[in-house]
Amino acid sequence: MSATRTVTVGSSQGLHARPAKLFVEAAQKTGLQVTIAKGEKSVNAASILGVMSLGVDKGDEVTLSAEGEGAESALDSLEAFLKTDHDEA
Amino acid sequence: MSSTPQSAMKGTGIGQGVALGPVARMSPPPVAPTDETSSLTHHQESERVKEAIEAVAADLTARGETAGGQAQEVLEAQVMMAQDPTVTDAVETHLKDGKTGEYAVHAAFAEVAQTLQALGGYLGERAADLYDVAARVVAALRGEPAPGVPDPGHPFVLVAQDLAPADTALLDLNKVLALVTIEGGPTSHTAILARGKSITAVVGVAEAAQLSDGDEVVVDAANSVILLTPTQEQKDEVAARIAQRAAVQKAPITDGALADGTPIPLLANLGTPESAAEAVELGAEGVGLFRTEFLFLSSETAPSVDEQRQAYQELLEAFPGKKVVVRALDAGADKPLPFLNDAEEENPALGLRGLRALLTNEEVLRDQLSALAEAEAATDADLWVMAPMVSTVEETETFAKFAHQHGLKTAGVMVEVPSSALLAEQILQTADFASIGTNDLTQYTMAADRLLGSVAGLQDPWHPAVLKLVREVGSAGASTGKPVGVCGEAAADPLLAVVLVGLGVTSLSMAPAALADVRAELLLHTKDQAQAIAQAAVSAATAAEALEAARSTATSLAND
Repeated sequence: MSATRTVTVGSSQGLHARPAKLFVEAAQKTGLQVTIAKGEKSVNAASILGVMSLGVDKGDEVTLSAEGEGAESALDSLEAFLKTDHDEA
Repeated sequence: MSSTPQSAMKGTGIGQGVALGPVARMSPPPVAPTDETSSLTHHQESERVKEAIEAVAADLTARGETAGGQAQEVLEAQVMMAQDPTVTDAVETHLKDGKTGEYAVHAAFAEVAQTLQALGGYLGERAADLYDVAARVVAALRGEPAPGVPDPGHPFVLVAQDLAPADTALLDLNKVLALVTIEGGPTSHTAILARGKSITAVVGVAEAAQLSDGDEVVVDAANSVILLTPTQEQKDEVAARIAQRAAVQKAPITDGALADGTPIPLLANLGTPESAAEAVELGAEGVGLFRTEFLFLSSETAPSVDEQRQAYQELLEAFPGKKVVVRALDAGADKPLPFLNDAEEENPALGLRGLRALLTNEEVLRDQLSALAEAEAATDADLWVMAPMVSTVEETETFAKFAHQHGLKTAGVMVEVPSSALLAEQILQTADFASIGTNDLTQYTMAADRLLGSVAGLQDPWHPAVLKLVREVGSAGASTGKPVGVCGEAAADPLLAVVLVGLGVTSLSMAPAALADVRAELLLHTKDQAQAIAQAAVSAATAAEALEAARSTATSLAND
C-alpha cells in the first residue's frame, strides 16, 4: 500500500538546521520508506542531507509519499509535524 | 627530537602571550586512500564499512555526551551525517564497483561534500563536517587512532596542521598551554579562537611539522617564534614574562590613558548583544564597533524593525551613559547576503558592498536606522552610527542625511578605502567622526585580498603605506576637532596601538580579550613619546622596519 499527500510547511525556519533534524528523526521512526519532494526534486526523508538540500521554507508546499503497511497513519503524523512551528519551543 | 638549543621556528604570533610546555600533536588526518580494487567480496567490504561507521557514530555520541552543550549538538549532527542514506548509498555504489571500503568511503563522502559546497551557505559549511567524519571512518577501517585532539592527561602545547571548528569545540582550554599550527594565517579559525579566548598561539609555523609528542617548547606569540629545547636561561625568562603578564591581566581596570594622563578611551568590538557582559567585565569603556551582520546572516530576508530594535536595545542596556558605535549592515565580499546583492561579481571586494549595497537597498538601511533610533530612545546609552566602506564625500553626506532624518544625532563613517583616508578632511566636515578599519584599509592599500593566504605577507597593518593613510585621518581629526577611532585588529597590538595614538587616533576598539595588554602599554608612553614612536614607524621603508623602528624608539625613550 502507498500514500501521498501535499502539505504546506508551517515551521518559521522551514526545514533547515534543527527542524530538519527533528523531521528526519520522525521520518526514520515510521520505519517506512518515505520520500519528500519540493517541485521536481524528490529525496529520501530519512536523509538529513537530502532534506536540507531541498531548501524548504515556511509556506512552501511539499509532497510526502510512503510505501508499506501503515503508510496513511505514518503520513498523518509527518503532516502534523510539518504544519507545526518547531521554532517556538 | 634532539636538536641544538635555541633553534627558533618562525610563524605569525597571535596576541602577546608566551608559554612553555610539552608538545602533544594532533593526530593527522589519515593519508587519502588510493583507488584500489578490493581483494574481499562486496559483501565483506560492505560489512567492514558498516561496522566502522557504527564505531565512529558510537565514539562521536559518547564524546558529545561528555562535552554537552553546543559541542554535543555539533557532534550529534555529525553522527546523523555519518549514517545518512545519501552518503551510505553513495558508498554502496563504489563498493559495487569492487573498490576497497577505505576508497569507497573517501570518494563517496567527498562527492556528497562537493554537492553541499555547491549549494553554499549553511549547507556548504557542513561539508567540512563530512570530510571530518570520512577521515574518522577511514582511520577506523585501518585500525588507526581517530584523528583529533589529544588528551595526554597533563597541560600541553597543541601542535596541529590546522584546527577545524569541530576540534576546537572539544578542546579543554584548561589543559591547553598554547596552540601552534603548521598551516593557517592570522585570519584562520585557530587565530580567531586564540584571540577570542586569549590563548597564546603562533600560526603558520611550517617547521613545526618536525615537532614530536613530549618535545619541550617555548611558544612566544609576542615575537612570533617557537623555541625547541630552551636553555634554563630562556626558561627563566619565560617564567618572568608569564608572571609579568599575569600581573598585567590582574592590574586594576582603569580608563585607557597615556603616561601623561591623556585619555584614550578603550572600547570593545562586539558581534552580538550577549557578548556585552564580558566586555564590561574586562573594562571596556563602551563599544567602538558593533557588527550587525549576525541579525541578517541567517535569513534570506531582512529582519523586521521590531526584531532589530530588541537586539539593539539589549546591547545598549549593557552600556548606560557610555558610547556605543553601531555599524550599519556591512554585507558583501566575504559575507554576501542574497537580499542585498545576489549578482555574480568578478571582484566582490571591489563590488557592490558596504554602504554601496545599502544605498541601492534604501529600505534595508532605513529600517535599520529606525530600529536603532527606537532602541536609543528606550535606553541611556550614547548611540553613534557609522557607515561601512565609504569611499566618497557624497556617500558620507547621504548617510549622514539619512541618519539625521531618523533622529540619530551622531553619524560617522568607516575609513577603509584609501580614497576616504586621503579625503578625510573633507569627509570630516560632514561626518561627526571617523573610525578606521585597519583590516580592510590594509587590503585596499596593498591590493592584497585579506582572505588569500598566498598574499598574506602583504596584509600587514605595520606597513608604512597604511600608517601614512592613518596619519592623514588623524591630522584631519585634529584640524576639524572630530574624533578618530580605530576598530581593526591593529588596535589590539599594544605597540601598534601606541603608534596609532601617535598618529592622531583618539580612541581604540578591539576584541575585549586584548584590552588589558593595550591598557598596560599605553600607560608606558606619554603623548610626545607616542608621536616620536609613530614618526619612526611612518618613516620606515617596510612593515618589518616600521615595527623595528617603533620598538627601538620606544626602548631608547624609556631609557632616557
